[in-house]
Formats: sequence, structure tokens, C-alpha cells
Amino acid sequence: MAIEIDTSAFTEEAYELLSELEDSLLELEENPTDQDLIGRVFRAMHTIKGSGAMFGFDEVAEFTHEVETIFDLARNGTIPVTKVLIDLTLAARDHIRALLDAAAGGDEADKVEAQRIIDGLRALDPSNSDQPAAAKAAPAAKKGAKAKDEDGPQLFRIRFKPHPEIFANGTNPLLLLGEVTDLGETRVVTHHEALPELEALDPEQCHVSWEIFLTTEEGENAIEDIFIFVGEDCEVNIRALDQEEELTTSPQKLGDILVQRGDIAPGILEDALKPIGDRLIASGAVSQSKVKAALEEQKAVKQKRDQKKKQESATSIRVPSDKLDNLVDLVGELVTVQARLNQISSTRDNHDLQVIAEEVERLTGELRDNTMSIRMLAIGSTFNKFKRLVRDLSKDLGKEIEMTTEGADTELDKNVIDQLNDPLVHIIRNSIDHGVEGPEERVANGKPAQGKIHLAAIHSGASVLIRVDDDGAGLNADMLRQKAVEKGTVPPDVELTDKEAYQLIFGAGFSMAKAITNVSGRGVGMDVVRRSIDNLRGTIDVSSTLGKGTSITLKLPLTLAIIEGLLIKVGDELYVLPLAAVEECVELSAGDVANAHGRHVINVRDEIVPYIRLRDRFEVEGTRPEIEQIVISEVNEKRVGFVVDDVIGQHQTVIKSLGSNFEHSEEFSGATILGDGTVALIIDLGKMVRFVESEEEESPE
Amino acid sequence: MAKKIMTVDDSSSVRQMVGLTLKGAGYEVVEGVDGQDALTKLKASPVDMVVTDLNMPNMDGITLIKELRKLPQYKFTPIVMLTTESQGSRKLEGKQAGATGWIVKPFKPPQLLGVIKKVLG
Repeated sequence: MAIEIDTSAFTEEAYELLSELEDSLLELEENPTDQDLIGRVFRAMHTIKGSGAMFGFDEVAEFTHEVETIFDLARNGTIPVTKVLIDLTLAARDHIRALLDAAAGGDEADKVEAQRIIDGLRALDPSNSDQPAAAKAAPAAKKGAKAKDEDGPQLFRIRFKPHPEIFANGTNPLLLLGEVTDLGETRVVTHHEALPELEALDPEQCHVSWEIFLTTEEGENAIEDIFIFVGEDCEVNIRALDQEEELTTSPQKLGDILVQRGDIAPGILEDALKPIGDRLIASGAVSQSKVKAALEEQKAVKQKRDQKKKQESATSIRVPSDKLDNLVDLVGELVTVQARLNQISSTRDNHDLQVIAEEVERLTGELRDNTMSIRMLAIGSTFNKFKRLVRDLSKDLGKEIEMTTEGADTELDKNVIDQLNDPLVHIIRNSIDHGVEGPEERVANGKPAQGKIHLAAIHSGASVLIRVDDDGAGLNADMLRQKAVEKGTVPPDVELTDKEAYQLIFGAGFSMAKAITNVSGRGVGMDVVRRSIDNLRGTIDVSSTLGKGTSITLKLPLTLAIIEGLLIKVGDELYVLPLAAVEECVELSAGDVANAHGRHVINVRDEIVPYIRLRDRFEVEGTRPEIEQIVISEVNEKRVGFVVDDVIGQHQTVIKSLGSNFEHSEEFSGATILGDGTVALIIDLGKMVRFVESEEEESPE
Repeated sequence: MAKKIMTVDDSSSVRQMVGLTLKGAGYEVVEGVDGQDALTKLKASPVDMVVTDLNMPNMDGITLIKELRKLPQYKFTPIVMLTTESQGSRKLEGKQAGATGWIVKPFKPPQLLGVIKKVLG
């Protein structure tokens, strides 16, 4: 019989647990005594280990077991949560990930690294225990191998009431009791009240139950393991008695125990408990209505909590992201078809058709917005990843940097978030390496030794701004200019504004690092940032104050699939400009052209704006119209005009990719289908401007 | 006297693995290749415990457990089933049929012995 197991369920869960684990560990670093967090870390590892073993990921299970063993010591307070422990556990988390990747066909995980982590973790164990990996299922083997609990052994109360039919399952309760006594010192109370008279006794049924008081150094898990087979058809209740909350628990519990032990009759308990509210009222301590109100409050809070729990479990479902991509594609098609319907209905004099077309337009719009919002994800999880990056990098470089975030709940299209990761990594690395100075230098400059990096996401219309601020040395515009001239990227006689100089850092091969560190300085990186942000149809803005810090702002569209466009006409062809970049449209008359004496500039309200004539770029034949239109746009913080024959108007643009043949097109980012079925190319303004600039540099006449 | 355990599985490798583990721990082992075969052998000669797979030709493990529980001599004998799922209906189904416990595949010899110790003593 072949054992076929679908492992994807495990790996999916494991990846999720790992990212949770990372978050919890980073949080734990800040609050090292938070028992909740320690518990969360422990549970995540426990689950990975448990399901790993079941799904045949033996290496994952064994490795995780080692880590879990040590973390268990932290959980029960034997060892403190230290930076070293967090470092090692984070490294272990990465290794588990590597193991999973390897199982999925990725590179083989580093065994030396695994050994390093395990050795490091074992060194933290004061008793230096060496538990075998498979000990979990064999409690007997586990016993004694565990480190001594500094807080001393714990007292558990175990109530074990077997189902009368338990023997029919082949279970022998005495063996279970024997196992419990193996765990530590026990006092057992047998409840035989239910035992019938001999004549009525059915020897095939179990009539007795037990209460065991166990003092043990093993945890609750070890006890639960004993009863694993009988959990469903027996009453097994395990409580740690010497935990503080147990000692302050409500008196009913105490009463229950007394009744069960036969110390008092149930009736006496009821009498004792019932009049508590009445007694308070009788003694004049509180009025009847107040007691009632307090009870109501308790009820309401409980109800609300239950509701919340219910809601939490029902508010989200998981859907594979390619299904969503499909849905977005379909909505895109629908928007296109709807545009056609609108066009046709406007040319027919048919009132009924027009009503339907309008209704379809409204529904399509709603459907589009809803679909887009489904793909929106909070950027918080991406931010959390950077916490780890900042922490690790600053440690490597001997810098002290605190990272703060803002707007983690800002939502962006999933695809944008996915593609945003790499550029942000580069920007943050750069800030850590070149921006924030070392502690000595900072103190010498009158700054606090600890540097700051602030990551913020802000909504701004149809865009989201992602800002990375540091309070480091800032950019030196003069040095940037000098460097650019040395490299020959900028001619010596060109005067650049500071803003323009800052943009130089995004040039290919441009590096300001004095020495190449393993973090940055190889001159790759920031040009990658520029390219990625271009691909996302975003823009980059840099501002900086020397000695005070640098701020890099990425402006990104909310979504990649559908944009607001401006439909324009050049010759017989229609094109789309991204509306987000458009500032205004002005006329360009033959007189304006003559005034400029052959230079491609126009005066717009006392500002000289250079322009690009699309007719020339696209080599359109025929004569220009008498009055052309200039679409003034902001491209890379500069105003540039694009001369077109005519501006048609706003257009909902469903973006279709151009396919691999036109992948390297310098001027177009995609295409869209118009209502009448014709195709309009979408112009990539940033790329076009850079392309024209580089052409002019090559032939500077 | 060594306790006698029957291992029932249509896979010879699983039978071998279970058999070697149990013999190594000092138990006497008999084998059944499916539910029907096991039932016939168990009727002929009693054992102290049964370890059975669930998915088998001729007679599956659940039916075997039900059949055994009908026999007076096996009414209280520990029966452990081998399952591939860690949770879910199969385990519950087995328990309802009268299984004492379960072992989730894949398992390692110490796990198997741990479970046997738990139900057989």
C-alpha cells in the first residue's frame, strides 16, 4: 500500500506559521517577559514539528524539535528570553524555511548552519540535556531527560472519569493511571460511589473514576499525551493547581470539588451559593437593582465576546491568488465590453437600450471597485519583514537603529505589494549603510547614538505614498554632482538643482560608498529601485538635508490592472496617457512655435516647459493641425509637455500587456482596447522622457 | 511468557517494519495480509493485541475491528489502527468500531512501542 499524502496543506500552513513566528519573535525581543508571546512562539514551533512529522518532513520535525526543546525551557521560566535566544530562534526559523524550500525543489538547506543553531541553542540549556528527537511519543523515554525546573515541580489535578464502556475498546484504565504515576509523586482518590451492589454489578463496565493529584516537573502536554486515546469518550480534566489564576478562581469551582469529593451534599452547596446576591442585598451593601445590573453587564460582555469570536472565525476565507487574478482579468474584459455597449447605445436612438447600458455601466463600475478591493492587502506584513532586515543589518554594521512604522493598515493591490518588496529592501539597506551614521559619529555630531528609520504608508487620492525617512547624514548634492561629472554621466557645464542631483543616485552603477561593504556600495541597487518603481508606474521623490537626514518617497498607483487614462489623438491613432501624471492641457498655436525659435519649449504662466511632439516621435506623416494641444505632465518632478493633435477625454483604461515581442519597448507600458474595438497604446511618460534625454545627449546639436 | 501481537497490513514492508520493531522489544508476532486473513487466523489462535491497517483489500480494518469486537474472546483486546490522517473521520470511525487507539503514519519504531506500552502495559 503506497502512503500518499498531500503535503501542500502542511507546507502552506508551515509557511504561515513561520511568518507568524518571526513576528512573534520580533515582538518578544521588545517584551521578553510576555508569557503570551512566548506561548505563541512555542505553539507555532510545536505545530510545525507535529504536522511536519506526520507529513513525512522528518528533517523539519527533528530540527524543530531541537529548537522547541530549548524554547520550552524559556516557556517554563528555566532560562530567560535573551537576545542570543531570539537570534538563534530567528536563525532556526530561517533554516526551517530553507528546509521547506528544499523539499519543494529549492536549494538544499545548509546542514552546517543547522548544526550551528542547534549547538548554540543547546549551550543555553543549563542542564545541557540531549533529548532524542523521537522522545515525544514515548513519555517514558522523556522522563528525566528534561531540565530541572527552577520554579520547582508543578501540582496538577487530573480528573479521570472513564466511560462505562471503556473496556470494550480494549483500554485498561489502570495502565493509564500507572503512566501518570510514572510522571511524579501522586496521590490518587478513587470515586467508587457509583459502584452498584454485587448482584447488580456488570463486571464488563467501568463504574469507578479517579482524581489524581500529581506533582511533576513535566508539563501539561506530557499528561495530555497519556490520555490521548481516551480523550473523546472519557472525561479527562487536567488543571494546574498552583498557578496564580487557579488560586483566585471563583468559589463555585471549590464547591464543585467539595461536592465531588463527597465533603458536602450538592444541596448544601446550592444553598450556600444561591443567596450570595441576596445576602449582599440583605446586608445593605448593595441594592437589588445594582446586583441585577452587574449580572447583566457580565452577561453582555460575555455575549459580545462570543459574538466577536464567531465573527472573527467567519470574516475571512482563503482564496488562491491566481483565482483573483482571473477575476480581475474577467472584470477587465467586462469593462471593455461595457464601453462598447455604451458607444453603440449612444449612436442608436433607442431609449430602452440606453437605460440598460447605463445600468450595466453602473454595475460594472461597482463590480470593478469591489474586485479591486478584494485584492487590496494591508502593507503591514511587508513592513514587518523590514523590521527584521533593519535589526540584522544594523547589527552587522555595528549601528544602533530603531525602526518605526506608520500606516501599516494602508491597503495596496497585492501585485503592487509583491513588487514593492525588492525596491524597499534596497532603499532601506541604503539608508542603513550610507544614511545612518555609526553611534560614535552620531554622538560627535550631537545626535542620539541610536539612529532612526521611519517607514510610512499614506493614502493620497488614487495613489499611495510610501516614505522611508532616516535621521542620518543626508545627501551631499555637491558631492553627487562632482561624482556624476567624474563618471561622465553629466557634462561639467550643466547646472543641476539639488533635487536633480539627488535623482543621480538612481543612475546605473552610481555608488557613493567609500568602501564596498557586503551591504551595499557595488553600485547596483538604486537603479533597480528606479526600474521597479517605473514598472509599477510609480514615481520617486528624494528630499534631504545635509546632516539631518534623507527622505525617499515612492508614489504608487493603488492598482495595476485598471487606471484612469487621458485619451489623446496623434494622426489617425489614439493613445492613452496616465491621468495621474497629467497636470493640465494647453493649446500650442503656430505663433507659440515661432516664438520659441526652433527650440521645443513653451511658456506656461511664466514657466518655461520643454515639450516632446509625439507626431515627431512616432514619425506620423501628414500636416499638423493649426492648433495643437500640449498635455503638461509631471515626470520625475519636472514638468514636461507632450504635444498631441487632439485631447479626446478621460478613459477607464484596462491595461493589457504588450506581450514578449514589445517587452522592451522604450515608450509604451501597455495597451488598452477601446469601446469600438480599436487598440490604443499606453504611453510610459517617464521612460519616454528619459529616452529622449539620452538621445539628445548622444547628438547634442 | 511473551505477549503475542498480530500485525495486519497488505503492505509487506509495513508488516516487516512493525514485526521487526515488536520482535526487538520481546513480543511474539503473527502476521495477517488483510482483514479476512487476520480474522481467520485470530479465530484459530488468540493474541494479546492487534495492530491493523485500515485500507486493505477483502476486508478493511474498520470491518475487522467490528468483527473482532463481536467475538467474546476479543471483546477487551487492545486493537490499534494505523491511519494516515492525523485527524478526521477515519479516526472517529475506528474508535466507534471499537479501536483502542491509533498510530499516525508515518511513524518511527519508538512511537509504535510507546503506543503499545500504553495499551498493553
